[in-house]
Amino acid sequence: MMRVELVKRPQQSALFSALSPFIALLLTLVAGAIMFLFLGKNPVDALYYFFIEPLLETWSLHELAVKAAPLILIGVGLSICYLSNNWNIGAEGQFIIGAIAGSILPVVFPGFQSWIVLPLMLLMGVVGGAAYAGIPAWLKARFGTNEILTSLMLVYVAQLFLDWLVRGPWRNPEGFNFPETRSFHAYAVLPEIWPASGRAHWGFIFAIVAALVLWFVLSRTLKGFEVKLIGQSPRAGRFAGFSRARMVIFAFLVSGALAGLAGISEVSGAIGQLRPSISPGYGFTAIIVAFLGRLNPLGIIAAGLVLALSYLGGEAAQISIGVSDKVARAFQGMLLFFVLACDTLIHYRIRISRRLRAKGVEAPAGHA
Amino acid sequence: MLESILITIATAATPLLIAAMGELVVERSGVLNLGVEGMMIMGAISGFAVALTTGSVWIGVFAAILVGAAFALIFGFLTLSLVTNQVATGLALTLFGLGLSGMLGEGFVGRPGLKLGRIDIPFLSDLPFVGRLLFGQDPLFYVSLLLTAAVAYFLFATRAGLMLRAVGDNHTSAHAQGINVVAVRYLAVMFGGACAGLAGAYLSLVYTPQWVENMTAGRGWIALALVVFASWRPWRVVAGAYLFGGVTIGQLHAQAQGMAIPSQLLSSLPYLATIAVLVIISRNRRLTMMNTPASLGRPFVPER
Repeated sequence: MMRVELVKRPQQSALFSALSPFIALLLTLVAGAIMFLFLGKNPVDALYYFFIEPLLETWSLHELAVKAAPLILIGVGLSICYLSNNWNIGAEGQFIIGAIAGSILPVVFPGFQSWIVLPLMLLMGVVGGAAYAGIPAWLKARFGTNEILTSLMLVYVAQLFLDWLVRGPWRNPEGFNFPETRSFHAYAVLPEIWPASGRAHWGFIFAIVAALVLWFVLSRTLKGFEVKLIGQSPRAGRFAGFSRARMVIFAFLVSGALAGLAGISEVSGAIGQLRPSISPGYGFTAIIVAFLGRLNPLGIIAAGLVLALSYLGGEAAQISIGVSDKVARAFQGMLLFFVLACDTLIHYRIRISRRLRAKGVEAPAGHA
Repeated sequence: MLESILITIATAATPLLIAAMGELVVERSGVLNLGVEGMMIMGAISGFAVALTTGSVWIGVFAAILVGAAFALIFGFLTLSLVTNQVATGLALTLFGLGLSGMLGEGFVGRPGLKLGRIDIPFLSDLPFVGRLLFGQDPLFYVSLLLTAAVAYFLFATRAGLMLRAVGDNHTSAHAQGINVVAVRYLAVMFGGACAGLAGAYLSLVYTPQWVENMTAGRGWIALALVVFASWRPWRVVAGAYLFGGVTIGQLHAQAQGMAIPSQLLSSLPYLATIAVLVIISRNRRLTMMNTPASLGRPFVPER
């Protein structure tokens, strides 16, 4: 009889640390090809339209940057949370509240037009996102309330709040009753990077800068050491004199701030007004981005581009071969499964052993 | 009027109760499966689609149970056999379920579905006031209560239940006593998935007999919160589920009455109530610590 068992490695495998995201991507492509086969499409064509075609034109590379910006911004913030063992899964809500807070100036005070408006908007977006993330953080630090559930519940609350704003008090008075705010004036729009060739805006630059800064903090500073130590061994962290409660607040505020920045950048750079729905689930997809990037900010830049490509590919495949763009969401979920499964190879060796077992002899206790 | 409100509360509470009861067993075995929402939505779409295609609501219900359990098996394989992080894997299950259900359900949007009928126990259901409430509900209402009784009995009055709790409280010593920790957890996880699938089918075959994308609307997460609220005790889950059913229906009635409060604000009440309840429970740290299965969420690799 064959048995497959996991044997803990004495130390993490450097080889598989580097390889595992690529193996996961490869497995996702194989599984995706099988899925397309079931949907009655030619898998080679489908994968081409999904993952290659969007890379062939300049304008669509710009779209890639537009979609990658929020994913990277949120993803690097989440990496601080997950490394320190704080499970913020409410980034979608922090994104929305950041977008709302940042939109106060152009929507409520449209007459205030000056170059200072945009920096203020970005600042308010950051503060809004951080404050909203502060709620589950404070509840966890103060009462020990489960942050997974509270941060997730606040996503629904934020979505409903945005819905109320754009249908109620913030609805565009000249907008023929459409549920949307007035369009942002010129001073409130985040500029495009190369306006001549496409839509990519400064949000992408914020994302790269944020990733580089957090990479530096995590790998070269005491704060970064504290984040990782508390995450890996809370006891050791306590002996080192680090406060777990303060780390909860720190991690949530950083990731909330970045999600808020992503929210206001998206609204001011890509959409230009508030609508009932401003995100195709960026806050949740960013969880996948964080893990695919192995919680390393530089890896997260690459992972953000990959997941952005899956959004674009979904749209492209819908137009060219008529599969639903919902396929992209299924792809993304599947990818996370494979990423997690491949990470096992970093910590464990798989041993396949042949063991002959005489008939009638009981297996040793615990092996039945 | 009051009677009909109470009946609708029961319909809102039943899916929460079923899903939470499944997760309670999973967590009692020491596994935290955050994929309830994903398994539930897969149950909702598969129950709806199968019922519509076969013309039989009951085949739909069974399909939902099977799909829920199969989905849970993916989670079980990853967390139990490959020892992946349970929180992240549960999230993956939810994200995958929401995506896949949206894809599978595209052809079913807007189509009228089948509805599971009510049971009418003759004479008894004609009793004043309590008649319809107790004796004239849909069959799954009774299933949810039987399930609670069965889980309570199983956990606290049978040897197998004792084994399951031992695995959840201290997997190392359970293993030393010869209990197959991984096998117990596989069974618990699949039971949880079956319950979540059933709860999803309740939504798409009883509560609102139609398919809408993301129709679970966070109920899987609320079910997770209910388990914490109930401090892992089966009958307390019933109390919690009916409390949430009450909040949900109460705000719907307030909306229908045209109260001056914006409907979105009222709709967010169940979510805010969940947070409030979690805070109240967690403030009493001793109570929480005492009841939480001690091995909850911790990985286990059998030593050989």
